[in-house]
Amino acid sequence: MEDIKQRIRISKYWNGVFWIIGFLSTLVGLVLLLVLMIDLFIDGAPRLSYKFFSSFPSRFPEEAGILSAWVGSFLVLLVTAGAAIPLGVAAGIYLEEYARKNWVTDIIEINIANLAGVPSIVYGLLALGLFVYLLKFGETILTAGLTLALLILPMVIMATREAIRAIPGSIREASYALGATKWQTVRWHIIPYSMGGILTGIIIGLSRAIGETAPIITVGALTFIAFLPAPPVTSEFPFISFKWLMDPFTVMPIQMFNWVSRPQKAFQMNAAAAGIVLMGMTLLMNGVAIYIRYKFRKKIKW
Amino acid sequence: MAIHMSKKIKEGIIETSLFLCALSSVLITISIVIVLGYESYGFFKVVSLKEFLTEKEWTPLFFEPKFGILPLVTGTLLTTSIALLVALPLGLMVAVYLSEYAPHRMREIIKPVLELLAAVPTVVYGYFALLFLTPVLQKFLPDLSGFNALSPGIIMGIMIIPYVSSVSEDSMKAVPMHIKEGSYAMGATKLQTAFKVVIPAAFSGIAAAFIIGISRAIGETMVVAIAAGMMPNFSVNPLEPVQTLTAYIVQVSLGDVPHGTIEYKTIFAAGITLFMMTLVFNLIGFWLRKRIREVY
Repeated sequence: MEDIKQRIRISKYWNGVFWIIGFLSTLVGLVLLLVLMIDLFIDGAPRLSYKFFSSFPSRFPEEAGILSAWVGSFLVLLVTAGAAIPLGVAAGIYLEEYARKNWVTDIIEINIANLAGVPSIVYGLLALGLFVYLLKFGETILTAGLTLALLILPMVIMATREAIRAIPGSIREASYALGATKWQTVRWHIIPYSMGGILTGIIIGLSRAIGETAPIITVGALTFIAFLPAPPVTSEFPFISFKWLMDPFTVMPIQMFNWVSRPQKAFQMNAAAAGIVLMGMTLLMNGVAIYIRYKFRKKIKW
Repeated sequence: MAIHMSKKIKEGIIETSLFLCALSSVLITISIVIVLGYESYGFFKVVSLKEFLTEKEWTPLFFEPKFGILPLVTGTLLTTSIALLVALPLGLMVAVYLSEYAPHRMREIIKPVLELLAAVPTVVYGYFALLFLTPVLQKFLPDLSGFNALSPGIIMGIMIIPYVSSVSEDSMKAVPMHIKEGSYAMGATKLQTAFKVVIPAAFSGIAAAFIIGISRAIGETMVVAIAAGMMPNFSVNPLEPVQTLTAYIVQVSLGDVPHGTIEYKTIFAAGITLFMMTLVFNLIGFWLRKRIREVY
């Protein structure tokens, strides 16, 4: 009897110990994230000013800013969104709603799972060989945007599929019973009901794209750009211009990388300031994504 | 009747275009293989495969170049191993804690915050490893050089915790309740249930999670490019600077290497080595995940 009591006590003791170990393990990552943000803020906050956002990079750290970098990031992201969203959502819809169970579908599925695990820099090499040299897009905003679109495509596809999978079959059957075709069902029921999940996936994918550095370095983004791409809106007819697609560019993470790799303390402060802006954008986008998921989950009840 | 026909054609066109979109992803993989293969073929016409795999120095930008991939591979494996030493135990602990111990509310809050670890731009992690963690570690390890494998390895490990923990946790959650209840009914504690029942039952999912983590660590670029130095060093000493496959590609891309030269082709040779390494892990991971779904 004593023996069993002793055993129970020991089991309970270790159970309690693990409770604490598990909790502390969970805290490690969160604490590191906090320290990182505080460190970044202490180093970079003094440099954050209106001038920092409105100046071009410069040889003098106090005068250098991120104007060309944030404009570049924004334009690259436009191209990425324009290419990855329609392609990814369409592919997701096909795989969930249309695909038959055969070897073609199997290959597509294995392939998407593998693409999601391909290192981002390999996409950069693909883009260097394909977009820059074979298709002759050059080292431009278009190339960078398409590269990032390839990178986030698997994320968009998987998010779309997951969102669609959550819709019960009875919804589809109800639609068919009323005489709707497959596309009508998809267009008026599947897409609207899965919108929340799809949007969440898209925003998280874009937030990944905005912070990606390696593939953009490979396609040859310049680190020192003291001019802006051609404006997308013009004063003459037809008021919209696509000249900017073919302009050289830089983006936020590349600008930050450039400043980190310099030995001078003053440039590293600039790097920290750029890091704050970059973190701010990432956190904002992720926050929006979490909010949308929460909102839609509350709204739709099957 | 005519309406019916045009409807059918429309449906067909839509289905075909959706199919083409899905097929485009296969096209991406094929292009990756073709581009990497084509450019590396040019490389291997100049450098023999034997030299590539057995030479112990990697100095393609020198006057007398040497093309041995080994230093880059050991650099990659070194930083990856350090990252895994951090990420695998912590990730597993987090998964057990969240799935078996944490109250529901807490899990709902902690999970998205933990996911943020994977969302932080890697260039920011690089900054942190170089300018925060390395100086801190140098206080305890005076031999640590300014660029080293240790500090970016640790940061990479923290960065991939969410990849490891979320897939592990999902597969632990998928273990049917009656199996766990059986264990509790025998008088087992949560700890005993977690390690003797849940983890073995969720094994293939956890293995898949580990493999995703490994593949991430091998392919991670900016943290090592910033904080590990740019020295192809045939050594496994974590206190010294090393260069990984990924960091080498960055180094060459930053310079002005003319298209078509042997230096240009080296990055594709490094790239195909990297692609092969991650491909093997990705396929094992995919197969394992497919297995979990079929078990219950």
